Amino acid sequence: MIEKTKIIGISLQTLTATACLIIVSMVAIIIGNIVEHGAARFSWAFLSQAPRVGMTEGGIFPAIFGTAALVILMTIAVIPLGVATAVYMHEYAPRRSRMVHVVRLAIQNLAGVPAIVFGLFGVGFFIEFIGRGLDRGLYGGRLVYGQPAILWAALTMALLTLPTVVVATEEALRAIPQSYREVAYALGATRWQMIRRIVLPQAVGGILTGGILAVSRGSGEVAPVMFTGAAYFLPELPTRLNNQFMEMGYHVYVMTTQSPDVEATKPILYTTVLVLLMLTFLLNFTAIMIRARIRNRLRYGR
Amino acid sequence: MRGSGVLPYRPEVTPLPLPKAGAAGVFGDRLAAILIKGSAFLTILSLILIFVFIGKEALPVLTSAEVQKEAGLAQLFLPQAPHPGADREFTWQPVSEIPKYSLLPLFLGTLKVTIIAVLIAIPLAVGAALYTSEFAPGWAREIIKPCIEVLAGIPSVVIGFFCLMVIAGWLHDAFGWTYRLNALTAGIGLSLAVIPIVYTVAEDAFSCVPQPFREGSLAMGASSWQTAARVVLPAAMPGVLAACVLGFGRAVGETMIVLMASGNAAVLSWSPVDSVRTFSATIAAELGEVVQGSPHYHVLFFLGAFLFLLTFALNLLGRWWVGRLQKKLQGAA
Repeated sequence: MIEKTKIIGISLQTLTATACLIIVSMVAIIIGNIVEHGAARFSWAFLSQAPRVGMTEGGIFPAIFGTAALVILMTIAVIPLGVATAVYMHEYAPRRSRMVHVVRLAIQNLAGVPAIVFGLFGVGFFIEFIGRGLDRGLYGGRLVYGQPAILWAALTMALLTLPTVVVATEEALRAIPQSYREVAYALGATRWQMIRRIVLPQAVGGILTGGILAVSRGSGEVAPVMFTGAAYFLPELPTRLNNQFMEMGYHVYVMTTQSPDVEATKPILYTTVLVLLMLTFLLNFTAIMIRARIRNRLRYGR
Repeated sequence: MRGSGVLPYRPEVTPLPLPKAGAAGVFGDRLAAILIKGSAFLTILSLILIFVFIGKEALPVLTSAEVQKEAGLAQLFLPQAPHPGADREFTWQPVSEIPKYSLLPLFLGTLKVTIIAVLIAIPLAVGAALYTSEFAPGWAREIIKPCIEVLAGIPSVVIGFFCLMVIAGWLHDAFGWTYRLNALTAGIGLSLAVIPIVYTVAEDAFSCVPQPFREGSLAMGASSWQTAARVVLPAAMPGVLAACVLGFGRAVGETMIVLMASGNAAVLSWSPVDSVRTFSATIAAELGEVVQGSPHYHVLFFLGAFLFLLTFALNLLGRWWVGRLQKKLQGAA
């Protein structure tokens, strides 16, 4: 009887440990393969040049620039909205009120909406409704904003990353000791003064974490920007809000699936993927470090 | 430390009433309150707007006579003869002389890929979560958790790329299937995107189980695997189910991986090694070339609305289960 128990125990442990091992080795294989094939072409010139000769030579500078412009615009839109929503839920609304419940539900569901649906929404709402509306109202029907543009792509992406920012900010707000707020009130501060001088400075780490995670997500996501502004190939850099742009993730997709000569683009493709991976890892790593510091503070209540 | 996740630290935050008018900064306070409430409202509004605007473009499939002539419900769901006298069949061929809009091949394709992905991801992720929370020594935990975070951080286009360039090649060399890109290849790639979410939710559920549960079981003479399998797993069941549902939701909507690795052929077949075309990939592949306002355009939004509602329902269900688990265990602890 004891023998049987032992055997089952060992096999269950081995089985679950194998599951872990499989996951870990899959991650290792993906990263190893991409680094192995991508490292050779990696150089400063690759980062600073435009693609040449049908994307088989040169670098990916326009894609890097476009991605940066996209995430900067996105951050400008998502940070105020996300932080204010978190502040509302944690500082303004009465606890356990129905409104907080509804906002939280909206955030959770927003996080579960597939990226491609955001893309459809970007087309249907931002381009067709707002963009066309602006064109009719301000430009006499001339096509200015009623077309795919970096502005619409950034706003679509901002909606997609909103839950990330809200959740991270809320976690930081939770880590601030209640006594800080009470002291501020005791000194006669109004609620907004308390939030601006005490809560927000204390929550900067969390807001930063949320922002960085949002940027990381935004720079790799393709489906939402495919139809709202990303261009197939565009050597000019975007200079206006209604310009189209190149995005790194979309560039990877285009080179992988639409290249006339896969073997010729392969080295460049691998290096592009490597750059994209390094960028997202660097961002995620920074965010995790900041978050770990916040969690420590939460645990020991500093 | 294992039980430290039992009760999340939640300080009681009870907002104090605003100071009376006349105090310094009251105007700023009012303005800030309006802006902050407005933002929270905007968050809710954005979800409603998504629903309204996708629905608005999808609705002509049900209402507009012009669209229905080409793509009514009968054309979407029932077998159609391409021209009089021909056999009735299910075909998705929106860009042809006689456009055909049968959703059945797409539905079957989505189902096939999703089920394959979930069948691979759930045992791996739940098993790994059980191992990390119940058996793993500290050093192993230090490896597994960052690995999952890394996997979660890999953009889906990179997984799609890897699937297309590497995994498809390996499988093709090993088994020599007719189609290099097929449902199984895409399903394997998709499982990589699903594993992190299933793992995270399941691991949360396991660490939510109060430590006294385990101690009681061990004190009664149960071995650690008996504790894990008969005490921890049943106690955390709602959370594990939630993990599965959320993983399924993620798999149904994921776009780039299936777009790149599934072959994108809308074939009506049950074979897991035929090429498939999913709902999400169809939208991604066809929205770029579609004429705005055409029946095809509205059908694509119809697919989007379906995906939105499906993932919405799955999310609600998953979150509801997570909430139930927390209530149950907080009551028990």
